[in-house]
Amino acid sequence: MWIAIVIIAAILLFIWASYNSLITAKIRIGEALSQIDVQLKRRTDLIPNLVETVKGYAKHEKELLTDITNARTSLMKAGSLEEKAKANNAISDTLKSLFAVSENYPQLKANENFLQLQEELSDTENKIAYARQFYNSTVMDFNTKLQVFPTMIFGNMLGFKPAEFFAATEEEKKSVKVKF
Amino acid sequence: MNIYSAISANKWKTWLVMSLFIVFITTIAFIFSRALGYGDAFIGVALIFAGISSFGSYYFSDQLVLATVGAQEIEKKDNPELFRIVENLAIGDGIPMPKIYIMNDPSPNAFATGRDPKHAVVCVTTGILDRLNKAELEGVIAHELSHVKNFDTRLMGIVAILVGFVAILAQMFMNNLWWGGGRRDDEERGNSQAIFMIVGIIFAILSPIAASLIQLAISRKREYLADASGALLTRYPEGLASALEKIAKDPRPVRGASNATAHLFIANPFKGKDAGAWFAGLFDTHPPIEDRIRILRNM
Repeated sequence: MWIAIVIIAAILLFIWASYNSLITAKIRIGEALSQIDVQLKRRTDLIPNLVETVKGYAKHEKELLTDITNARTSLMKAGSLEEKAKANNAISDTLKSLFAVSENYPQLKANENFLQLQEELSDTENKIAYARQFYNSTVMDFNTKLQVFPTMIFGNMLGFKPAEFFAATEEEKKSVKVKF
Repeated sequence: MNIYSAISANKWKTWLVMSLFIVFITTIAFIFSRALGYGDAFIGVALIFAGISSFGSYYFSDQLVLATVGAQEIEKKDNPELFRIVENLAIGDGIPMPKIYIMNDPSPNAFATGRDPKHAVVCVTTGILDRLNKAELEGVIAHELSHVKNFDTRLMGIVAILVGFVAILAQMFMNNLWWGGGRRDDEERGNSQAIFMIVGIIFAILSPIAASLIQLAISRKREYLADASGALLTRYPEGLASALEKIAKDPRPVRGASNATAHLFIANPFKGKDAGAWFAGLFDTHPPIEDRIRILRNM
């Protein structure tokens, strides 16, 4: 009789511990995802300044500048995760083109402000990459906990599903072609 | 071995050594108290003394060390490249941005301290900034941030308390031996007491050294662990390997370092010591540099 009680108590304690461990790991994933957004916002915030600086020197690149401003606007309007991802990719693409095109304007390239912005944007790309790396490590932690032996027994029962790693799109995996 | 197995190997080795340490301490505390005929209150007092004396240095570890080496805090505008490196690696590790200090010393070295990631500090010498390229500096900073993330300051703080505890126990035992005191009960107890007494004396002499050796062994495992964790963060172990090579080539010791702070640096700040016999290596806070480079390059 006592043995049965002890066993049941042990199982309940175990479920409690598993649940706490899994939910903590899951919340961390959410936080890591938000941290990526923090860096993406940094990038978006640098764009108006960039557009103003470039306008002064590269008046002929009106189309490109409009593209960037439009990309930024569509990000601010974006609702679902998919829309946001699409908008962020558009920003990445237009930024790449802008910096490639700036090679044609030596005065722009020498401008202090422009150089600083270029550095800031390049650094922000690094930050985005690190934020994604950290996000992946939180996903790995959660997925591992969900699938290793003791916790896996109750993981599914408690309603946890594996999380997804951040993956580059097919477009992003291709090597970059810089067109002048 | 790969990055992940290096990390888990060093983690469980730490806990193995810590467990053996606790067993060791329990044993000698038991022997001493039986030898003197005291009860267990004696152990409690020794632990409290050790705890109080070491707790202060652990809690204020960051300020103490920085004051001793004379480092200056920097802002982003003072060294934007260093600032960005630390900032980005902290993002990668998911820890808050630590404070950054630079110490004026031509010897290339770096350390990190702080009781937890919220109160962390990273310090580099001017020597290291001059010598390393960006990838190498990232490797070094990643190693230092790993010490922060792995709560190594806390661990070494606890170990220091235990080592102090052992030293106090040994000292109290020797004092009581010398000055008398202790209860001598009936004959039966007297005989086993004599045996404990002899064993006790041997332990009292050897245990402080043994405790230090254990402390140094733990320190070395944590260094390997920080190497592996740092490599996992940068995903580029060659950066740190190359940095360690450059640091090893420079024979000058770090001027501000002391015995108490030596274990915090990335490489032994008291340079000019060669590997020598294997047992000399037991007294090192850091593993041999050639080993660290080799392990990193095999990841």
